[in-house]
Amino acid sequence: MSEAAANQASESYLSSGWRIRDWLLTTDHKRVAWLYTISITAFFFLGGLAALVIRLELMTPDGDVVSADAYNQLFTIHGVVMVWFFLIPSIPNTLGNFLLPLMVGAKDLAFPKLNLISWYIYTVGGLFTIAAVITSGVDTGWTFYTPYSTQFADRAVVAALTGVFVVGFSSIATGINFIVTTHKMRAPGLTWFRLPLFVWANYATSLVMVLATPVLSATLILLILERMMGIGIFDPALGGDPILFQHLFWFYSHPAVYIMILPGMGVVSELITCFSRKTVFGYHGMALSILAISVFGFLVWGHHMFVSGQSLYAGLMFSLFSFFVALPSAIKTFNWTATLYKGKLIFSAVMIYALSFVGLFTIGGFTGIFLASLAVDVHVHDTYFVVAHFHYIMVGSMVTAYIGGLHFWWPKMTGRMYPELWAKVAALALFIGFNLTFFPQYLMGYAGMPRRYQTYPEDFQILHVMSSLGAGVLAIGYLLPLVYLLWSLRWGKRAPPNPWRAAGLEWRTDSPPPKHNFLEPQTVTGPPYDYDTIDNK
Amino acid sequence: MNDEVAPYLPEVEKGLHLIPTQATEHAGQVDHLYFALVGASAIILLMVVGLIAFFGFRYRAGNKTANRSNLPSTRTENRVEIAVLAAMLTVFMGFFAWATTLYLDGYRGPEPAMTIDVVGKQWMWKIQHPDGTREINALHVPVDEVIQLRVTSQDVIHSFFVPAFRIKRDVVPGTEKTAWFRATEPGEYRLFCAEYCGSFHSRMLGKVVVMDRGDYQAWLTRQGSGRTLATAGKQLFEAHGCSGCHMGKSSVRAPSLDGIYGRSVALQSGEVILADEAYIRDSILQPDKHVAAGYEPIMPSFAGQLTEEEILRIVAYIKSLQPGDWVKASVNGNEGESQ
Repeated sequence: MSEAAANQASESYLSSGWRIRDWLLTTDHKRVAWLYTISITAFFFLGGLAALVIRLELMTPDGDVVSADAYNQLFTIHGVVMVWFFLIPSIPNTLGNFLLPLMVGAKDLAFPKLNLISWYIYTVGGLFTIAAVITSGVDTGWTFYTPYSTQFADRAVVAALTGVFVVGFSSIATGINFIVTTHKMRAPGLTWFRLPLFVWANYATSLVMVLATPVLSATLILLILERMMGIGIFDPALGGDPILFQHLFWFYSHPAVYIMILPGMGVVSELITCFSRKTVFGYHGMALSILAISVFGFLVWGHHMFVSGQSLYAGLMFSLFSFFVALPSAIKTFNWTATLYKGKLIFSAVMIYALSFVGLFTIGGFTGIFLASLAVDVHVHDTYFVVAHFHYIMVGSMVTAYIGGLHFWWPKMTGRMYPELWAKVAALALFIGFNLTFFPQYLMGYAGMPRRYQTYPEDFQILHVMSSLGAGVLAIGYLLPLVYLLWSLRWGKRAPPNPWRAAGLEWRTDSPPPKHNFLEPQTVTGPPYDYDTIDNK
Repeated sequence: MNDEVAPYLPEVEKGLHLIPTQATEHAGQVDHLYFALVGASAIILLMVVGLIAFFGFRYRAGNKTANRSNLPSTRTENRVEIAVLAAMLTVFMGFFAWATTLYLDGYRGPEPAMTIDVVGKQWMWKIQHPDGTREINALHVPVDEVIQLRVTSQDVIHSFFVPAFRIKRDVVPGTEKTAWFRATEPGEYRLFCAEYCGSFHSRMLGKVVVMDRGDYQAWLTRQGSGRTLATAGKQLFEAHGCSGCHMGKSSVRAPSLDGIYGRSVALQSGEVILADEAYIRDSILQPDKHVAAGYEPIMPSFAGQLTEEEILRIVAYIKSLQPGDWVKASVNGNEGESQ
């Protein structure tokens, strides 16, 4: 190889090609990851802004900040944006896109062009939906329950649904890409049980995406048909069954919860092992429980419908399976904790994020057991208890894992270090702000405060005020990283290839990696998380 | 619509109540389960947090003296995992059994003393008592009686939620669902709509007023509807022209309905169906669904022409008919008409 060619090959993926088309037409998985990161960050702050106005409104029992309809539109925007345009794509499409090929020692994903197309589908579909929701004031909530969404919400529901339908294809494309990459492009020696748990998690997530998303698409089509052509599918006035919609909707949307949380579990496993300087406790158990969750996740959708009037016996089975799905999660929590045993623990900002995840996930998981318990669910269904529960999982756990992972791999992605002290402050602000925001919601939920209420009886006010103040602290926890991470792009210290002395193929290459990831083909000879060898070298 | 909270939500004591008032026995039972769940989660959370704190201190990187040798083997790890799994499974199945028993109780109540109809409508609760008394956003019931609610909706899905009773039931258009409770304490309790139903969802409020039996009777008398549901239903039955065909007053032949409730009906399709409330309701709204044997499918649908409450009244009237009632009525009625 000539010297010039060698130089060109070792050049980082960021160093040249800064024309607009070098980014918008890139097929480099690392650049597509950045495109996704920018899009989802924008959506995240849009959804967050809606949440802040909601929390502001709820400072007082009366409706005095926005109108009743505006309030309903706000929680619709918040839900639609956060679920479909932030949580579902968050870790898979940003960290996953960037890291999956690196972690398996590949040059790129299996289908680089499909990867780029999926970003376009996602972004165009997302913007279209947001435009429809905002301009026409869709107020159905993210759940689009019939017959409200088909007969009574006189707004651009069809347009919004079309956008969500389109975005579904981006999920499927990503899922297929990840599955094929994991199966076919692993480096020599990288057997299934040598894969990092992050890869396992993204692989399981992809399976769920590919299997569940088409059901959502079909449901949305049925809904559009009913709304546009008056075919009676869900609307009882036309001879349809509104509960059927809930079955179909949750058949997708419950597995979707696992689409959201599994990648977070993968991230946290990487983070905890690295800063404990030791392998994960029960690697096989961890990998298998990821798979178990993705399978059982398909059998629990009816636990959203314990008071809907579905068959009593269906309710019993869904309750039983919901207890079962909690078992692998319990094992994971136990194993993360046990990983600390006899480790050399370093309490970096990343580790604070990871341990916050474990604590918040435990609370969120256990309150899930409350909700699986039929008689208790009857009382707390559709109250703030449920709101608190799924925010502990999706925000407390998932977003914390995402931000923690972003910090951990930031040096790899950008070649820059972030200021550690600020990161610790942000991690603590997030943990404290989150608990202050959502713990009171458990209390008000059991006390009887229904969700999606703009006005409420006075005795709930003190808890609402605590929650709103917490949201302010939480906002700081989110804004700080935005500021110092951007700052670090220019002024941060240059990162060495492996600043954390972490295991994993991605750390064997430069920070940021060269265009084709590795200069030499990689082989794997040992198990993952072999920190003993790294530390004793 | 002003932005104040609706005044018909009853006041509760000021201050923070983490556990809502218990106004039924069931409420107390649900709370016991809840406390057990809180206790179990608190113990496990403390274990997790405690272990993290303990390991965090003991095995911090700066602590050179900690014993880090003899890491558990894979086999030990597997055994520990299985032990944890078994322990959690035991705890979970205990909770499953407990919660499920309570849930089944909530569905299969004792024989009710009365059945009250509840119709949800954007954005109000309409109540019909068996004696025909109607009220809006308030439900008056006697204490210590088993009250069965028959709930349905006029438009979108609502949910009937009384925190003090720990009951919640989705109110779904096109179907009738039941719920029951037996209030043990006289008083006024909050009624919320728990399923999002549009603009003024958070104003769809009401109260359940539990009264001593004597007070309840006095209240009913004061309301003085004077007409039972069935009587009101009879009037509708005539006003909407049902009687024309079904009572043989016109040339169109239609099945007689006196005494039909609870009987088996042979259908054109060859099937036999039990004439229950659902059958009567379906026959009003979708007459083509079950055509009685020997009759033409000529009855028009009354969907959209009758409100849910009116349907309930007509069903009550048909249910009240005894075999032969119409024969007697026609004997007496002909005299009346000939005048």
